[in-house]
Amino acid sequence: MDTYIDYQKVDGIIEAHHGQPSAIIAILQEIQEQYRYIPRQVFPHLSRRIGLSEASLYSVTTFYENFSLEQKGKIVFKVCDGTACHVRKSLPILERLRKELSLSEEKITTDDLEFTVETVACLGACGLSPVLTINGKVYPAMTPDKASELLKSLKEEVRSC
Amino acid sequence: MLKNKQELRDLRERCQRAAQDEVKKILVCAGTGCVASGSLEVYERFQIEMQEKGIPCSVEFMSDVHGVGLKKSGCHGLCEMSVMLRIEPEGYIYTKVKPEDCAEILTETIQQGRHVERLAYTKNGLVCKTQDEIPFYKKQKRVVLEHCGRIDATSLLEYLSVGGYTAFEKALFDMDKEGIVREISESNLRGRGGGGFKTGQKWSQVSRQKENKKYVVCNGDEGDPGAFMDCSIMEGDPHRMLEGMMIAGLACGSDEAYIYVRAEYPLAVSRLKTAISQAEKYGILGDHILGSDFNFHIHINKGAGAFVCGEGSALTASIEGKRGMPRVKPPRTVEHGLFNKPTVLNNVETFANVPVIIDKGASYFLGIGPGNSPGTKAFSITGTIANTGLIEVPMGTTLQEVIFEVGGGLKGGSKFKAVQIGGPSGACLTEEHFNLPLDFDSLKKVGAMIGSGGLVVADENTCMVEIARFFMSFTQKESCGKCVPCREGTKRMLKILERIVAGDGRDGDIDLLLDLAGTITATALCGLGKTAPSPVISTIRSFRHEYEAHIYEKRCPAHSCEKLKRLSINPETCKGCSKCSKVCPVEAISGKVKTPFEINSEKCIRCGACVEACKFDAVTEGW
Amino acid sequence: MSNNGTMVIDGLTVEIGDEKNLLELIRKAGTELPTLCYASELSIHGACRMCMVENERGGLDAACSEPPRAGMEIRTNTERLRKYRKNILELLLANHCRDCTTCGNSGHCKLQDLAIRFNIDRVRFVNMALDPKPDNSSLCITKDENKCILCGNCVRMCSEIQDVGAIDFAFRGSKMKVTTAFNIPIGESNCIGCGQCATVCPTGAIVVRDNTEAVWRELGDKNAEVTVQIAPAVRVALGKEFGLKEGENSMGLIVSALRRMGFHKIFDTSTAADLTVLEESRELQNRLKEKHDFPLFTSCCPAWVNHCEKRYPELMANVSTCRSPMQMFASVIKEQYCNSSKRQVHVAIMPCTAKKFEAARNEFKTDERPNVNYVLTTQEVIRMIKGSGLIFSNLEPEAVDSPFGLMTGSGVIFGVTGGVTEAVLRDISSDRSNSGLNKIAFIGVRGMTGVKEAQVTVGEREVKIAVVSGLGNADRVIEALKSGCKKYDFVEIMACPGGCVCGAGQPYIPAELKIDRAKGLYSVDKLTSIKRSGENPLVDLLYNGLLKNKSHQLLHVSYTSAGKESHI
Repeated sequence: MDTYIDYQKVDGIIEAHHGQPSAIIAILQEIQEQYRYIPRQVFPHLSRRIGLSEASLYSVTTFYENFSLEQKGKIVFKVCDGTACHVRKSLPILERLRKELSLSEEKITTDDLEFTVETVACLGACGLSPVLTINGKVYPAMTPDKASELLKSLKEEVRSC
Repeated sequence: MLKNKQELRDLRERCQRAAQDEVKKILVCAGTGCVASGSLEVYERFQIEMQEKGIPCSVEFMSDVHGVGLKKSGCHGLCEMSVMLRIEPEGYIYTKVKPEDCAEILTETIQQGRHVERLAYTKNGLVCKTQDEIPFYKKQKRVVLEHCGRIDATSLLEYLSVGGYTAFEKALFDMDKEGIVREISESNLRGRGGGGFKTGQKWSQVSRQKENKKYVVCNGDEGDPGAFMDCSIMEGDPHRMLEGMMIAGLACGSDEAYIYVRAEYPLAVSRLKTAISQAEKYGILGDHILGSDFNFHIHINKGAGAFVCGEGSALTASIEGKRGMPRVKPPRTVEHGLFNKPTVLNNVETFANVPVIIDKGASYFLGIGPGNSPGTKAFSITGTIANTGLIEVPMGTTLQEVIFEVGGGLKGGSKFKAVQIGGPSGACLTEEHFNLPLDFDSLKKVGAMIGSGGLVVADENTCMVEIARFFMSFTQKESCGKCVPCREGTKRMLKILERIVAGDGRDGDIDLLLDLAGTITATALCGLGKTAPSPVISTIRSFRHEYEAHIYEKRCPAHSCEKLKRLSINPETCKGCSKCSKVCPVEAISGKVKTPFEINSEKCIRCGACVEACKFDAVTEGW
Repeated sequence: MSNNGTMVIDGLTVEIGDEKNLLELIRKAGTELPTLCYASELSIHGACRMCMVENERGGLDAACSEPPRAGMEIRTNTERLRKYRKNILELLLANHCRDCTTCGNSGHCKLQDLAIRFNIDRVRFVNMALDPKPDNSSLCITKDENKCILCGNCVRMCSEIQDVGAIDFAFRGSKMKVTTAFNIPIGESNCIGCGQCATVCPTGAIVVRDNTEAVWRELGDKNAEVTVQIAPAVRVALGKEFGLKEGENSMGLIVSALRRMGFHKIFDTSTAADLTVLEESRELQNRLKEKHDFPLFTSCCPAWVNHCEKRYPELMANVSTCRSPMQMFASVIKEQYCNSSKRQVHVAIMPCTAKKFEAARNEFKTDERPNVNYVLTTQEVIRMIKGSGLIFSNLEPEAVDSPFGLMTGSGVIFGVTGGVTEAVLRDISSDRSNSGLNKIAFIGVRGMTGVKEAQVTVGEREVKIAVVSGLGNADRVIEALKSGCKKYDFVEIMACPGGCVCGAGQPYIPAELKIDRAKGLYSVDKLTSIKRSGENPLVDLLYNGLLKNKSHQLLHVSYTSAGKESHI
């Protein structure tokens, strides 16, 4: 299932950074914002335009945790696993979400591409630990039950759309 | 566009006058913590309520509307109490504010000047109306965080109204390069990012380089889990940091700077972007700043999720668009840094300290804290502490003071066990260190480090082996993989720690851990690798008995490690029906019918079949 | 004498010369400091941490990155350092396949060597080594990520020196590996098969593809007649493995060994190189007459041709249509023995991994059978000689077979960077004297420098020449040509830095010793009685005989993208 790529848009992103190899991280970030992941098809194009080999693009992409080469869900849960959240038991929250969506450490996105569950490094909201984010919005003082409830209401929303 | 020094001064004076004219102000905290708790909803509700009540509301500083100022401020530090807000001129602090409280605040406090007691911070029944009355703030000295929570973080004009860019103005017009470097050197300012390297020395080395192109780089990749001081500065007082960077640019002869911010701090990125574009608009950044020959441009680079990018050479590699892998030194960053040019690399808090040193002089700064580590230090305290949050205390404040006076002691009055300082590179301190002054050198002496300043408090229910495992799993996950000792060594240390907490530890594991730790500390390529074993070394030093209990007795003294839970039969409730022994797959349960049965924990595999089988709830899990 | 002062290494006072780092100075002082990720031609990586030394303050420095300073005092072999080194080796071995006896690099493996040196007699960690997982998609090299220790030498070779960028690090931490983009098989990537990665791999993670068993089978087949050609560069690299000096010519012994192993006809590729020189000279002279702007690129090096096809398809028109000496010879041999009653098998012994790919190209097939059936690298031939049990140094040198037994010095120097150019210049120069030859040798075409420039007068015209080795250098020269900064008429490109003598099929040689092999070829040239290709009497015979009316068909090629097999 290949994502449709609007290469004009991709070129726009590249040009905004003057095609500079040093801007590759920003370019990849913007492409990811566009498609919620970095589609494999853009690599040959990027390689030609920026003058970096595909292997080195792949190298940079796989180094950074935030880049995804696989499509993610429309709704992304990120459970903080920073120290403060860890000591205040964030792991059970993560486990609950994974269990309810039949996901795991390896399989992070549901087959219908609705939900993704992953961990995130400290968000700096340690005072409210444990926290999780849903599409970037921070939810403080979580418990497994509260997370379940959030998931439930989101599932209903998805169903009603 | 400000064309010269006088225009800047005039504008600042106008701002200061306007600030004095602003009689009433509501400052809603808009730091990450409070935003997460709904502070933006509170802010919006205030706008609606004020409109309904016909209270003129001035959202923008120095706009034509003269009314009650409504502002988004930086973090107050006491994140546990979010949403927090501050009312001026009374200085009232309201905590845990919800949108439905807004109407009452407006009618009571704003219109009638009365304090709303139910929203105040209370400690042991004592109501604290203002910040100074809250014990959390009493021992603190806010220098770097001076404006956090007091001004609108998105307004350059408000920054000017509290004397902003005075230091830059002084550095630009009244000082030469050498003078700036001298002042910073004399202040003995040390890098707040971890190692405590002398900032003045770094600047003077870069300043001496003959290259035409030099860079200033600000490390905002605050990756230590549980540390968010830099985040709060970038969000709460971005101009202060920019001012520090600009002064560094002047001192070192650089015209271009980069700020590398963690991707997990989107709010910081947007506040910095706003601040930079405002500064550009007013001609404080750009070419021929304030009519001078000084040009300075600042770019923001967003990280992409790699802790190791907090290491200087990895950070510059990442700005260059490469894998964030540290490189061997020499050559050092001051000679060959970003794009192979001489580079001043400091962290957020370090730059934020610069304006006050230039403005008030080195002697002012030296007057705070011990002479070899002067100034203040921001810490974040988290874990099982009463007051989770962000604090700033003079260097040299003791651990006891930080934990019990500022932090308010342990949460729920539990017993203190240890505090992990410096994150995954740090070490744990225990009761014996209560009187240890927290500064670079004192900490180094006990094998710890200030790191970026994260303090994680652990109580008696925290297993120290598990804490060591947690940090090791973090380091292992974040290892860049370049050098063998870190890539392979931390992996093996983690494996060993994992088997210890799972009850599969072996005789000799402690020695093996220490052997590996020694090799990694001595031979890893970068600072993060070298310090990766610190949490293990220090927990073995202080809590060897916990390791031994896990390994030899298969017991977790803190009653925390799940895998070490044991099943036992309560002789009081056991009827001796023998059902449990029949379902046990490993024949670990024995007994005589009608007398209480027993579980042989050596044989037991903790499958839980007996728990389910028992009709009398006599089989229980525990340590 | 340098005046950089002195320092003390293990109690010994040592003069500091122009060494870039402590490691080189320590080695100069006579200590073989262990390292897994240092190669003098590559940038400093500093990842293996084996070369740490103890300084006078008790601190540790990585010798590979620390510059020597006057007054330094270091120790290279203390108790502490031994412990750290052993631990590091143990950590690597805990993840590494330890089936050394069946590894393609056994005996040449640095990790194995260091494990022996440091007496690693146990590994205290749980064995997490994965089974070998060879990627045999390339005809040139075999890559096995499970044998990789992540020193990054191949990555730096592929990007810094060759500028190909087929492989790079991917992922991070303990998940890190060296791979192609999206981990596609190496043979389907933009790899051009130069094999330079294999030359710097300290373990068996990247090795030259082995075809020895197939050749042994052919030798044992009574119905097959096996002819073989030996490239110039092989003779100065093979002997070292059997106790000869680096760079010493062992052609006679090789011929002798091959004959005993059962090869039926043995020839010297240098003979065909003489044909290449003449054809290429003619092409150059034609181009000069026709006043083409862009230069003529040589085509002897298959890795370069492959690189050009992939990166600069628009420049393929500038690549000489001459077949490489190997392929010219193969055509000639095919023609010569086409009526033989036995099945003809032709083997080429080459210093090169990319030749394995060249041999498989469609352009070089007759009736769908490749003209060269097998390419063996020097390394493989060494293995075969050892396998045959022959005591190489006891053999008596023998001569190659007729009817192709004659070659010139020009044909021999093909094996070193600048050799092709020098041979072509000898041919087209109007000065036919001996001093004329000397002049050509000293206009700047010799030496191991990556980019050399020269200028000669041919007739009325000044001919501008560049001699390039290393594909990274080639890219820079092409860039300069494209931007108009430079103008050349003739550009010799060899993919391997130093030319074929340093080919990836040759036994490993440290960069600083490569010059010895070049010297070896130049001294063979000195000893040959005929220096100019055109003066080889055999060449005349061929043009008037076997090649009559067929020279274009047999000696030239038109590369098409369809000519390539699906991958290298």
